[in-house]
Amino acid sequence: MKLTKMSALVATTALCAPMAMAEDMANELTIVSWGGAYSASQKAAYHDPYTAKTGVKIINDESSAEAVAKIRAMNEAGNVTWDVVDVVASDAMRLCDEGLAEELDHDAVLAAAPDGTPASEDFGNLIVSDCFVPQIVYSTTFGYRTDLVGDTAPTSVCAIFDLDAYPGKRSLQKRPIDNMEWALYCDGVAKDEIYDVLSTPEGIDRGLAKLDTIKDSVVWWTAGAQTPQLLADGEVVMGSTFNGRLFSAIAEQNQPIGMLWDMQSFDLDGWIVPAGLSAERKARAMDYLFFATDTQRLADQAAYISYGPARKSSAPLVGKHATLGIDMAPHMPTDPANAGNVHTYDYEWWADNRDDIDAKFQAWLAK
Amino acid sequence: MSDTTQTGPVLAADGTPLKRSLARALRMQKIRALMLIAPLLLFVLLTFILPIADMLFRSVENQIVSETLPRTVVALKDWDASSGETPDEAVYAALAEDMKIAAQAKLHTRVGSRLNYEKPGISSLFRKAGRKVKKWDIENDGPFKEKFLDLHKGWGDPDVWRTIQTYSPKFTNGYFLNAADMQKGADGAEMRPENERIYWTLFKRTLFMSLVITTSCIVLGYPVAWILANLPSKSANLLMILVLLPFWTSLLVRTSAWKVMLQQQGVINDTLVWLGLVADDARLVMINNQFGTIVAMTHILLPFMILPMYSVMQTINPTYLRAAKSLGATNWTSFWRVYFPQSVPGIGAGSILVFILSIGYYITPELVGGTKGVFISNRIAFHISTSLNWGLAAALGAILLAVVLLLYYAYDKIVGIDNVKLG
Repeated sequence: MKLTKMSALVATTALCAPMAMAEDMANELTIVSWGGAYSASQKAAYHDPYTAKTGVKIINDESSAEAVAKIRAMNEAGNVTWDVVDVVASDAMRLCDEGLAEELDHDAVLAAAPDGTPASEDFGNLIVSDCFVPQIVYSTTFGYRTDLVGDTAPTSVCAIFDLDAYPGKRSLQKRPIDNMEWALYCDGVAKDEIYDVLSTPEGIDRGLAKLDTIKDSVVWWTAGAQTPQLLADGEVVMGSTFNGRLFSAIAEQNQPIGMLWDMQSFDLDGWIVPAGLSAERKARAMDYLFFATDTQRLADQAAYISYGPARKSSAPLVGKHATLGIDMAPHMPTDPANAGNVHTYDYEWWADNRDDIDAKFQAWLAK
Repeated sequence: MSDTTQTGPVLAADGTPLKRSLARALRMQKIRALMLIAPLLLFVLLTFILPIADMLFRSVENQIVSETLPRTVVALKDWDASSGETPDEAVYAALAEDMKIAAQAKLHTRVGSRLNYEKPGISSLFRKAGRKVKKWDIENDGPFKEKFLDLHKGWGDPDVWRTIQTYSPKFTNGYFLNAADMQKGADGAEMRPENERIYWTLFKRTLFMSLVITTSCIVLGYPVAWILANLPSKSANLLMILVLLPFWTSLLVRTSAWKVMLQQQGVINDTLVWLGLVADDARLVMINNQFGTIVAMTHILLPFMILPMYSVMQTINPTYLRAAKSLGATNWTSFWRVYFPQSVPGIGAGSILVFILSIGYYITPELVGGTKGVFISNRIAFHISTSLNWGLAAALGAILLAVVLLLYYAYDKIVGIDNVKLG
């Protein structure tokens, strides 16, 4: 009862919102993102059209890697200078938990699909937190050196643990997330039981024991650009990184690298609005979100970078790469040919267990 | 003449007693001096001392639990954690009331993430409960114990309640225990399980590697500083540029350059393979380990060693050496007995600089350290920016600060800080 009243109230506010005068909104917008090719794709697909439409000046800040800590510090200091922040889903969850991000009613704030499907259904279960507006689906997956793997290119993620068939170094991200799941999967745990096993101390030991078999052959990375570089230098035969990084190494720089999509780990990236903004700035941020996350804009971004749009209705609109002219759909992590066997990473579970497992993982690394 | 015959206090020209007048003049002088340094003093106070104090305070501060769950904390006071049983209804009722208020202010998840550092799983317990409890009617909906257990079986876990009870005081030593690889168990502080101990190892490694880096800086820097100080100034200046050039180059560039040099497909390995000194399939591993960190950091910190040594050596009078030799000392004796003791203050200054800089170094170990070459600072950075456990980061930082001050004190006692000269 209370809930319906609330949503009715929100709905009326939302109806009134587009009618509000432009002067009720700030004319400047500070948008925080990851920098590099990713920020460039956002600028081309979202920022420039938005500035052309409204005349609002957009300031880009490339601090997403430290966004959670910085928003917390800004919030404590009572001076939040960011309006819209691009973060991964797990960070959005943390920010929401700490009350540092604004909770949103997705249907009220975001545009419906062209056929009238409300935003909450169009995004579906990708809305993993009340504060989070999904933007893209990306994946952490493997690339391998086509000239260093011999005649049989790897087809399974377990090639990582197969030092006989694929000798040489491999690069993995220096964190337990994904690596523990891959280790258990390759140790024979069924995909849907991975988190049950990982919830027990024995399961953690088992995952670490599996990783221990290749520990001496692993180069641990902390920045997404490292694996493409290590692959290009021939330092590693295969390594994990974000699929967009591998795409640009393969398609834009013509490196002899192949994609290994098996058990790719889906993750989400999207927007949050920090809590504590003034009414004008918040109105502007919401207006931007309404514009930048509609069906067409999300599809537009895919012309610049190989990450899948988060709306179901955007998928059919994905076209060709803006400069290379190649079809982008086959390079999307969500493409049926690539998404045959995916690992869906459990946000809630990691939010609970990350600190604990990380302590064990780091102790294992230091041994 | 009349002054000497006068009795009573000596008067200044304007008739006030001289003592008071002098004191006033001195006070004015002091105030003027203070005014002159006031901008710097304020600047240091606001941007350096206060943030450090604030950070140190975070390592013991724990008000969030008792502020967000005041009734629960009081109700839980008499519960015996060692009984192995869940608390009674009164505690759950208090929690329901606290949780409802907290959930409306969106504070419940903050307590959840605070307590999750101590016991994994509490975060989602609070997150999930908040949604439901918001809708409960505190007056009529009881009893709450069953309702909570229906929400999640975790609420029936005495360990969860023990964690809440243990962390209900306003101040805690929990972060410091954690930073020393310990935890608050059922019977007080205890060591963490073997597979979770990491900080002690990292502290030892940080100290050990900083010492190695300082020593290699001394060994490499001393001859360079000696040459610089003894060459005619024209060629010395040219050489000085070679020392300073890397000093002016970006840290990241120099670190990445070492990656190119040291990696297995890198310049050094390629050269060795080409010369036939190393087999192609047995290339040396020189990076992503301690060796890589020591090499890169020694290179980066070397100017901090050479510059103070150089400026001290310049002040050493060459006639002393000549005098020693004319009195029959060998080259070695005159160096060791006459020159070296005079250059020690430069070594001292350089060592303190390099050691203290390297103990807090972050970016180079992160990039070239792999798993065995990372420092405690990398974990501090992790807790600041990724895990958001600022209390633990503060405790680690406080320990590091204490260690540095302790070493500084020991250095002062052994070598004497007066012996440190920057020129």
